[in-house]
Amino acid sequence: METPQLSSLYQQLILEHYRNPRNKAELEEKTVEIHMANPVCGDEIRLQLRIEGTRIEDVKFLGSGCSISQASVSMMTVRLKGSNLDQADELAKRFTDMMHGDESAAKEKSLGDLRALQGVSKFPVRIKCALLGFDALQEALKKEAGVVEEGPT
Amino acid sequence: MSIEDFDPIRIRKDFPALDQTVHGRPLAYLDNAATSQKPRAVLDVLSEYYEKDNANVHRGIHELSRRATVAFEAAREKVASWINASSAAECVWTRGTTEAINLVATAWGLDHVSEGDEILISVMEHHSNIVPWQLLAARTGATLKYIEIDDEGRLVLDGLEALLTERTKIVSISDVSNSLGTINPVKTIVDASRAVGAIVMVDGAQGIVHTKVDVQDLGCDFYAFGGHKMCGPTGVGVLWGRLELLEAMAPFQGGGEMIQIVGRDKSSWAAVPHKFEAGTPNIAGAIGLGAAVDYLSKIGTKAISIHENELMAYAMEQLSLIPGLRIFGPSSLDDRSAVISFTMGDAHPHDISTILDTEGVAIRAGHHCAQLVMKHFGVPATARASFYLYSTREDVDRLVKGLDQVAVIFS
Repeated sequence: METPQLSSLYQQLILEHYRNPRNKAELEEKTVEIHMANPVCGDEIRLQLRIEGTRIEDVKFLGSGCSISQASVSMMTVRLKGSNLDQADELAKRFTDMMHGDESAAKEKSLGDLRALQGVSKFPVRIKCALLGFDALQEALKKEAGVVEEGPT
Repeated sequence: MSIEDFDPIRIRKDFPALDQTVHGRPLAYLDNAATSQKPRAVLDVLSEYYEKDNANVHRGIHELSRRATVAFEAAREKVASWINASSAAECVWTRGTTEAINLVATAWGLDHVSEGDEILISVMEHHSNIVPWQLLAARTGATLKYIEIDDEGRLVLDGLEALLTERTKIVSISDVSNSLGTINPVKTIVDASRAVGAIVMVDGAQGIVHTKVDVQDLGCDFYAFGGHKMCGPTGVGVLWGRLELLEAMAPFQGGGEMIQIVGRDKSSWAAVPHKFEAGTPNIAGAIGLGAAVDYLSKIGTKAISIHENELMAYAMEQLSLIPGLRIFGPSSLDDRSAVISFTMGDAHPHDISTILDTEGVAIRAGHHCAQLVMKHFGVPATARASFYLYSTREDVDRLVKGLDQVAVIFS
């Protein structure tokens, strides 16, 4: 296997989010909370969202883990705030595509800082770290969709 | 081999997997507490068995079956003499340490532990020596109690007498901690447990790799270990138990091989150890473990442990010079095995491991199946370097050089 470059993995932006995570706090008035853990390595997060209608009004997270998992969640929350549920779903799909090596997905401006994580795709064993927050997001969206379906029928 | 003749550079040549480059660098394999590499002697025995003798054991009349059975039982004899068991019948083949502990927790536990009884383990145990007892406690209504650990990762034995009561039915403890390397005073625990009439099980997954184990001298009732950390194949392990205990126990799993006569409503059991070996066993694995015992016997446990101690002294000294590096476990080498768990600044252990991997240095990062230990020290994970007979000072130097790289990236 070709040796991946560490410099593509540990970009300054990633380390910066790791050390100064955005939106890392308890969210008051959350409407959805998802606890997601990676039992293999012990990384875990609590993703908390306040969804009103189809809009993510606020999002915060709590947790601990490696630089990749924590930076990824931090960057994700920045993109999610104020977006609607379809956009959130789209973001999760794009990011997952990027993790699986899709270079065009990596060029998407909508990913914002998350593009800095593109290098993770070259480190197969670390992809699950980068996806931890997005796995939680997708669970939250599923849960939300369930709530809507159970609504006024 | 005499102790003076011990040469890790020459020993490395016996292990084909060590002779490779990873990400363009020669492999420095420092994840031995997870699993060891295998010597050519073991690999050859495995392929020879499959090429020439492959047959099921204890049931065929034909020549291949005879050969397979002879080799399979000869391996049991080798293992029995390696741990100084009274007889080979006391050695039950299992899938590994985990299955051996589950066997005792189930087959012995369900018949001897009842509501209100107590099971004593410790905070430093591997999950495989915690969860089977939690399951037993839940099924029987027994209470699971813990020996605590101190800030150097040693068992707190001051209050041991208070923890042991006449309700204590079994004490299960590791002889060496996989996450901290702590060597536990098993004999002290055995003596105290005996005084209240408790049975003692030892999780020897790590201990048997680094020290000479004599089950009769230890005085315990059960000793569990796997083959793959001591140069043997994966998927094979041993439960040693006192013959009278094994004979009195109900079977663990039902199936072929473990029966004497099968009737419509009930059956009778084969004699130990076969009573506990339902189904076709890992024949090649057992024979391979026998070959590993032969290999290690030739080199000598004493020589291996002297080498590991020297290497540990060097590694502890070198690592303690690295700024921001925190080493967990005993500070003295007297009660520490060839394992160093550490953290470094705010670099997460997974990040440390990825950076080292690109340098060709293989270590383990995570909770090491010891989440209670991580919780005790207030860390989510640690990085762990672990050594074995083929580890060298150069491996340590490579580790240190890799950690310099961690310092640069996380500066």
